[in-house]
Amino acid sequence: MRYLPLTDTDRQAMLAKIGAATIDDLFVDVPEIARLDGPIHGLPMHASEMAVERHMKKLAAKNMAAGDVPFFLGAGAYRHHVPASVDTIIQRGEFLTAYTPYQPEIAQGTLQMLFEFQTQVARLYGCAVANASLYDGSTACWEAVAMATRVTRRKRAVLSGALHPHYAQVVKTMAHFTGDTIADALPAITPDPELSGLIARIDEDTACVVVQYPDILGRISDLSAVAEAAHAKGALLVVVNTEPVALGAIKSPGEMGADIVVGEGQSLGVGLQFGGPYLGLFAVRDPKHVRQMPGRLCGETTDAEGKRAFVLTLSTREQHIRREKATSNICTNSGLCALAFTVHMTLLGERGLRELAAENHRLACIAADRLAKVPGVEVLNNAFFNEFTLMLGGKPAREIVRDLADRGVLGGVSLGRLYPGVEALEHALLVAVTETTTEEDIERLAQELEACIKETV
Amino acid sequence: MNAPNKSGWKPEMELAADGMHNGPATTTGNRALMLEEPLLFEIGRTDVTGVDLPAVDADAPTRLGGLARSEAIGLVGLTEPETVRHYTRLSRQNYGIDLGFFPLGSCTMKHNPRLNEKMARLPGFADIHPLAPQSTVQGALEVIHQLGHWLCTLTGMPAVAMSPKAGAHGELCGILAIRAAHEARGDAREVVLVPESAHGTNPATAAFANYRVEDIPATPEGRVDVAALKARLGPDVAAVMITNPNTCGLFEKDFREIADAVHAVGGYVYCDGANFNAIVGKVRPGDLGVDAMHINLHKTFSTPHGGGGPGSGPVVLSEALAPYAPLPFIRQKDGGEFYLVEEENREERGPTFGRMTAFHGQMGMFTRALTYMLSHGADGLQQVAEDAVLNANYILRSMEDILHAPFAASGPCMHEALFGDKDFTNGLSTLDVAKGLIDEGYHPMTVYFPLVVHGAMLVEPTETESKAAIDQFITAFRAVATRALEGDEGLKQAPYYAPRRRLDETGAARKPKLAYEG
Repeated sequence: MRYLPLTDTDRQAMLAKIGAATIDDLFVDVPEIARLDGPIHGLPMHASEMAVERHMKKLAAKNMAAGDVPFFLGAGAYRHHVPASVDTIIQRGEFLTAYTPYQPEIAQGTLQMLFEFQTQVARLYGCAVANASLYDGSTACWEAVAMATRVTRRKRAVLSGALHPHYAQVVKTMAHFTGDTIADALPAITPDPELSGLIARIDEDTACVVVQYPDILGRISDLSAVAEAAHAKGALLVVVNTEPVALGAIKSPGEMGADIVVGEGQSLGVGLQFGGPYLGLFAVRDPKHVRQMPGRLCGETTDAEGKRAFVLTLSTREQHIRREKATSNICTNSGLCALAFTVHMTLLGERGLRELAAENHRLACIAADRLAKVPGVEVLNNAFFNEFTLMLGGKPAREIVRDLADRGVLGGVSLGRLYPGVEALEHALLVAVTETTTEEDIERLAQELEACIKETV
Repeated sequence: MNAPNKSGWKPEMELAADGMHNGPATTTGNRALMLEEPLLFEIGRTDVTGVDLPAVDADAPTRLGGLARSEAIGLVGLTEPETVRHYTRLSRQNYGIDLGFFPLGSCTMKHNPRLNEKMARLPGFADIHPLAPQSTVQGALEVIHQLGHWLCTLTGMPAVAMSPKAGAHGELCGILAIRAAHEARGDAREVVLVPESAHGTNPATAAFANYRVEDIPATPEGRVDVAALKARLGPDVAAVMITNPNTCGLFEKDFREIADAVHAVGGYVYCDGANFNAIVGKVRPGDLGVDAMHINLHKTFSTPHGGGGPGSGPVVLSEALAPYAPLPFIRQKDGGEFYLVEEENREERGPTFGRMTAFHGQMGMFTRALTYMLSHGADGLQQVAEDAVLNANYILRSMEDILHAPFAASGPCMHEALFGDKDFTNGLSTLDVAKGLIDEGYHPMTVYFPLVVHGAMLVEPTETESKAAIDQFITAFRAVATRALEGDEGLKQAPYYAPRRRLDETGAARKPKLAYEG
């Protein structure tokens, strides 16, 4: 019991001070029916550090780690190189074992970091204010819709067909219970996003229109016209970004008129981690919307001696003060992931982020050109950043992904997995390329893909 | 009482109250190991990076659709040594469990074992994609499955939803399952009852799910007023949300009776499991009529709090609610292979209420929590609950002679001891005691929560403190409480020795400055 410092002598002395004969005297308020006589049945007894490590390593060994094979998966989670110093910083006990900075005099480390994080996110998104993080991109997407309904006092959201289907699913799940109306669609398989159809769906009852940029097929297009159309109808534009590295190369959503920008921050500092914990980013372009934002906000102030200091602020939006009238029920968010993001972003800086984005795009262009040469493969996108859609001949893409995995290549995400049962998308494969991809990896994918397609035609 | 500090320090060595300020001023504003640190944006440069990447080739062809960024982003960079120093210096302005006793009630700041961190970083867990072919992530699915088995066994519940991302997200999961179950039988109910001592997340969650929230009062002994609750029950009540052990640190001994009454009118019982650490391995809440209960892995199962997350909030569910659990969930085939049930598995997914998050939940927290459970085992977890409760009662009984303990007569407390500010004099408050404890080298307890006690101070020691550490805290707590009882004006200006004095929080909210503007 290496984590328990009390000795039996301590326990006896403490029971004596309390005036209890046995430890069970302290559990007298628990009804008999729920109390256990001894250790619970059906679970193993305590184990040494070495034994536990052995057990966990065995489980880990059953997984194919992305770093061990040619790897091309994206669709909302991207594999980037995380500098070694990021993990060193986030493992410092003062960050790792602190909590929400309720006592700001002894939490300036976390608070100043959050202020830096908010500034980095706001600038990346082209916004005025970002919050101190939410759980992940998908929940941030729902929070944006919920905020838009509060700001506009309307209850209808229009979702682009090219919004990540899991994000759309989260929004629809929540909206079902809140009574909001969600107008969604399937993605049109076109080389450029179909914005005119999206614009046509915005009406006078629309609270917001939600567009992903780059979209689920990896396409990018100017959203200024969507912003104008939304604003003309009194609606807000919510832009969702699942790959922050892209914003080192392409215009920010704020520049194009987005009112709320949300996204997934996992690409920087956090890693793949099988889907969590991730990092929800949330920002608004107009500071007048700040009081409708969800989540923690860190602000600058001074202490009693006039020194600059940071503190959680505008808490009257939040559940611990406002209870049922809060803007969200969120409490614990993604603090440590925000730190990882900020340290990684600090290491990159303006120059590094631009270089990182350029390198991602350069390799993605090489991959697109090479894969387009594979017989039976077409690249769908006109424009893309580091992810694009292939239309494959032969078997459905889903089966080809499995075949590729059997050949030791993690070749991409099939749209058949993301949109089960939609025939038009069955032959589409989403391929992501980052700075971690080598030209040898691309060649290997091209060859294995060719072999897999050949087998089936 | 002996000097509480064995370092050689003696009370007579103490300087004047403002002793620190009598030393000579420094040029830098630093005071030896207490280091001031500017903002990143004051020291970073736009042309500096700490990562070696190929320079941007401005002439390289792009396929960015004419959307190449022309404006500067406004970011700044630091080299690696500067980055490490900047954040290391910031870290030293933080209090963490590694540094000392952190009795933040209801938050369960227990030691975070480092084996957990090491295991979560194995590439087989940390470097796998959530949409990887399922044949390539069998070990990850098995971790989730095993953890789910532990949670069901420990709570005595038949099912678990693993995807909620934190406690409040778990609450939402439970409440949505309840709503879906009512909808399935065409029963539109509008009200959720929440005791006034509940965490703020409870009413916020119910409201987020479009329920009307009604308060249930507490009795003078600090428990839910069962008579008032029963009187309010009716066909419009969808659920009650009860925290057990509750936020006053007491076990709701009438929980079964409450659950039976709620079930009798067709409602469901949500149990806020934030305080499960008090009873883990010792008591099975499933035996008390719970329909849904979230478990904060970052509280009971030692995953780090990280300065405000990430958390993880799996929800155990009764037979009645299990069919409505959110996607995805994990099943095992007869041959042993694990697979995900998602939107497409139309037959297996049942009447699920939908999806709460893009992927499978907080995998990084699952590996840490499972590592912790395996380390402690069934016997160790029982000892965890016993020691946590023992430590809290020891503090309660060591303080009650001087500090108002409103529920001390209600019997033993569970994992936390609750005090109030009733006897403080000269305008001194709970806040002053908290700030005084900062000067003594402690992270304060939770203050002004729960709302049912005036000037509440909620002290949760957890099981990972030694008796010596707790004795030293009691000595300090008694000293600071005595100053508040005796009306020591000096306490109103505490903390004196923290990196910052008290902050102007009103000014921060009146003119919010939420990003660097240089």
